[in-house]
Amino acid sequence: MFDCGMHMGHHDHQRYPDFARILAATPGADFTSAISCVVITHFHLDHIGALPYFTEVCGYHGPIYMTYPTKALAPLMLEDYRKVMVDHRGEEEQYSYEDIQNCMKKVIPLDLKQTIQVDRELVIRAYYAGHVLGAAMIYAKVGDAALVYTGDYNMTPDRHLGAAQIDHLKLDLLITESTYAKTVRDSKHAREREFLKAVHKCVSGGGKVLIPAFALGRAQELCILLDDYWERMNLKIPIYFSAGLTIQANMYYKMLIGWTSQKIKDSYTVHNPFDFKHVCDFQRSFINDPGPCVLFATPGMISGGFSLEVFKRWAPSEKNLVTLPGYCVAGTIGHKLMSGKPTRIDLDKETHIDVRCQIHQLSFSPHTDSKGIMDLTEFLSPSHVILVHGEKPQMSFLKERIESELGMPCYYPANNETVSIPTTKNLKISATDKFIASCSTSQARDSTQKSNLICGNHLSGANGDEKLAEGILLMEKSKDAKILCEDELLQLLGAEGHSLQFEPLLHSRIGEAETDIVDDLASE
Amino acid sequence: MKLTCVATPGSGGDYHTPASHLLEVEGVRLLLDCPVDLSALAAFAPVPLGADCGDAGDLIRAVPYYWSPAAAAAAKAGGVDAVLVSSATGMLGLPFLTRLPSFANTKVYVTELAARIGKLMMGELMEMHSEFVRYYGLDTDGSPKWMQGEKLHKLLSSLQNIVIEDEGMDLAPLMPLYSAPNLEECMRKTQTVKYGEEVCFNGMLMLKASSSGLELGNCVWSIKGPRASITYLPSTLFVSAHALDCDYNSLKENDIILFSDFSSLNVMDENNENLGENAMVCDDSLLRADGVDEDEYVQCLSKNDDIAEEIERISFICSCISDAIKSGGSVLIPIGRLGVILLILEHISETLLSSNMKVPIFMISDAAEKIISFTNAVPEWLCKPRQEKLFSREEEALFGHVELLKEGRLFLFPHLYSKGLLAAWKEPCIVFCLDWSLRHSTAVHLLRRWHADKRNLLVLEQGVDTELTLKPFTPAAIQVLECSFLSGIKVRKVNPLLSVLKPKLVLFPEDLKSRCPSKEDAPWSYLYYSKGKTIEIPNTREDFEVGLPTDVAFGLQPRQLDKAIAVARLRAKLHLSKGQYVLVAPKDQSDESNRQLLHWGAVDAGRLLSALQEKGIECAFPADDDDGPAGCERSILITSPGEALVKMAPEKTVIYCDDESTTRLIYDALSSVCNGI
Repeated sequence: MFDCGMHMGHHDHQRYPDFARILAATPGADFTSAISCVVITHFHLDHIGALPYFTEVCGYHGPIYMTYPTKALAPLMLEDYRKVMVDHRGEEEQYSYEDIQNCMKKVIPLDLKQTIQVDRELVIRAYYAGHVLGAAMIYAKVGDAALVYTGDYNMTPDRHLGAAQIDHLKLDLLITESTYAKTVRDSKHAREREFLKAVHKCVSGGGKVLIPAFALGRAQELCILLDDYWERMNLKIPIYFSAGLTIQANMYYKMLIGWTSQKIKDSYTVHNPFDFKHVCDFQRSFINDPGPCVLFATPGMISGGFSLEVFKRWAPSEKNLVTLPGYCVAGTIGHKLMSGKPTRIDLDKETHIDVRCQIHQLSFSPHTDSKGIMDLTEFLSPSHVILVHGEKPQMSFLKERIESELGMPCYYPANNETVSIPTTKNLKISATDKFIASCSTSQARDSTQKSNLICGNHLSGANGDEKLAEGILLMEKSKDAKILCEDELLQLLGAEGHSLQFEPLLHSRIGEAETDIVDDLASE
Repeated sequence: MKLTCVATPGSGGDYHTPASHLLEVEGVRLLLDCPVDLSALAAFAPVPLGADCGDAGDLIRAVPYYWSPAAAAAAKAGGVDAVLVSSATGMLGLPFLTRLPSFANTKVYVTELAARIGKLMMGELMEMHSEFVRYYGLDTDGSPKWMQGEKLHKLLSSLQNIVIEDEGMDLAPLMPLYSAPNLEECMRKTQTVKYGEEVCFNGMLMLKASSSGLELGNCVWSIKGPRASITYLPSTLFVSAHALDCDYNSLKENDIILFSDFSSLNVMDENNENLGENAMVCDDSLLRADGVDEDEYVQCLSKNDDIAEEIERISFICSCISDAIKSGGSVLIPIGRLGVILLILEHISETLLSSNMKVPIFMISDAAEKIISFTNAVPEWLCKPRQEKLFSREEEALFGHVELLKEGRLFLFPHLYSKGLLAAWKEPCIVFCLDWSLRHSTAVHLLRRWHADKRNLLVLEQGVDTELTLKPFTPAAIQVLECSFLSGIKVRKVNPLLSVLKPKLVLFPEDLKSRCPSKEDAPWSYLYYSKGKTIEIPNTREDFEVGLPTDVAFGLQPRQLDKAIAVARLRAKLHLSKGQYVLVAPKDQSDESNRQLLHWGAVDAGRLLSALQEKGIECAFPADDDDGPAGCERSILITSPGEALVKMAPEKTVIYCDDESTTRLIYDALSSVCNGI
């Protein structure tokens, strides 16, 4: 089972996957026997939110795999979500704090490229996916059948994460996310400059900048961006993190520096880039302090909590600036601010906020755009493609492109729909030393490993100009089939070869049938 | 397959100088580890030679040469295709090789972390070397004077393991140090891997590194060829206090084990023979009992007795350090083991805290800052309890030194003369340095400063020739604590390990045979190797395994030869990828697929005649043809549909015909009466 997430838009049973379908597919089995393992690609709730429910409530006891950072950071996300669900919305809790702890204890951490033999047949391997710290694409192989499930990925590097990286693999199937199936994005630098300009302008005018952000991911990305800018511009204005979660998250980021981008890793020989020079803790009492500052506050879409509290105080001043993430769920204040330019927001019947501050919308997304999806698909050249994690009309558009431009059959099944994909199967036979030697293996030796745009090991010997190998397949009762050379077969049979020649018929020959045959070269 | 052991562990022991081998698999030449025996450095006088240089009189006063039999042997072999490195110390000699033209295409495989530590160690070595060069100047042409005389003899005898044969002594392993560009060149040839990552060499060999437990980044290599799979097992620990434990489960599939853990030859084990007696008994009972299940062996391996002893030793060292501090003395700890340094740092901070002593701790090394910072950012390479520090929310760091650094109790400086050191310097203090030969200026300066005071303490690793090492600092009043540390598998765990791994063949050091008796009635066989000798290793599979895709299999046209045997002609492309041969259907299927090309046995003239007649061919034996004795040549004359003549001898048949369709008819008839494919 790839990922075990939840739907943020639903608050009833629809929020979790329909686990009953697992049992329906294998009658008589329980969850543990029906699934070989669960692999989680990254710590976002739409990929992991239902995991504690699945293991602690549904009772799945089999292996669970995720990368080291995901295992370290997922509990923060899960606990944060559980709190919002129970404390703020007053909903019945689906799983407890202990459930999260117990669930995470069962997780086996994965390193990138580490090949894991899950059971006798199943092999899995994680590849770097960008997106968020610890995000992985998963390669899975059963016998000769192989597939890659991308999870969410990013094909362009950002400040703190590298771009997705995968080897050339022989795949029957690629299952890829398609959040931006139709969008092509422009250069990131321009958008970064725009953001920094807006922030700098605000603070130099004595204003306060509120950056509502989730604890993990964008917050670190923007923080690196700002810390670096502050250093270059020699700015002394404080950058604050709202207490708790984010500071703790930065501590994890420090231990997990090996999972960030190459640039960060290279710059980090002595100084850890997550030791931010200009960033400090925020005290609640600072809200009303005069003077400029930058503040990171959770949650990201100003849906409540501390970011809302600060927003209430800072929104009425036109000197201040609020930056919004690229996407906000309907119903949040973030969403209201994005749609149109409201001057007044009604929180409830009694409270309303006058909005006079500047609004800047961030357009950094950690997802690949449609060009990235096409590039990855072309690079991996799978036999089939399935699109997931996207919106139907866009997916339909991308499917057409993949089928027409890349010539690969492509599907985008709806929930509860089943797609059957034919897979490769090789019979295992043996071959003699002589047969192998007779085929030119030298080409494979000469072909050095080529690196490609996504880097990695090239399939050696996959070039089209090899010699045709010819041998005899010997099938003996109660023995494995075996390929050998012609003379080895004769030797095995204990028989002498019988050569067959074709000669032109000379009329004189008929008369003198007794004369010797001319030892001419065989001709046809 | 061939194996040549080119070097057994030097005087530095398994940790500092692992053994080295040349292994040839399917024509691919592999070098396994390439260390340098740094204990030879003790024969050189430290620089600068001050007035108080003690009894350095007969030490060599020159720019040092370095002893690497592994590099010499690999160079002599004319190059290798790949080098597999199992530890940072195992790569110290590599730049000697990679600078040679015959190694231009050699690829080096090493774990990411070992490469990082190895590079730092090589940098440190070059830095120390440059101190000598600064003092003596660069070598002039030709070999230095000391290489001919008495001094050389002394140097070689300091390398305890070397048998000195006066005649024809091979000096090839004695080399001048490589340069910074050599090191860069070496790192360029390096491909780093993670634990559990499979890499393919040459399309044919699959290489995989698994943790060995001895040190951060150290690994056991799995080498999978098409006809054999080999485990290269260097020194290994099953439970570690810092590095990820030996992942022996991933080695279970391999047929052959190259056992290269010589640590039980070390002095340390002798001392501990008594200590280990109980365990010995337990092991013996394990060996005797029939049908002991694997779990008991696994239990024996994962018992943390070894590491408990190691922690006890560390605690003892810490108590000695704290005693010295209490008496007003300073402590110098020149130990080259990363794990030991990290553990001592953790324990000493507790010890000092509990006795309320506040003394600064210095780590003085070019690599200090880097080492200290990256060790807190490599959770994937650490033992499980340390990984838990990442996953549990209580701890803020993976190692205790992060706290020490934050509290300003640990100071890191590249050199003694570094800016800021004097300001922080306060005696008594504790100083760590990575050089264990005591020839690096940091250790030299501090020893000169402290050697005359008996309150001071020097912590040395056992196995070093202490007398020779300390010679330049005599007479010394400083207390010397010689410690030994875990360096590999204990003898009592060897057989349980083999029982768990279930190999078919074990390649075992001849030298260890007496110390570690082979298990009687073991289901595997032994081959013993010794230094300098080449042994042949049989493949475990005679044939190669080839994948036959179902679409190719369906295209086959098998022919039944008798009840038990069928044969089919196979035309396909043979691909070799990631160690697997696969036959792939050719793109253009030739139309000759039903053409027989190989025939055997004799053709019976009578049966051919009736076969021809069945096909409506008018034919007959020539008039003068008599049914002669077997072995005679016979002919058949064909008159319709075309004219032809078939001549049959026991070993060949000739069809004389000008008409293509008639030829085909004859050929078909012949095929039906003759064995062929």
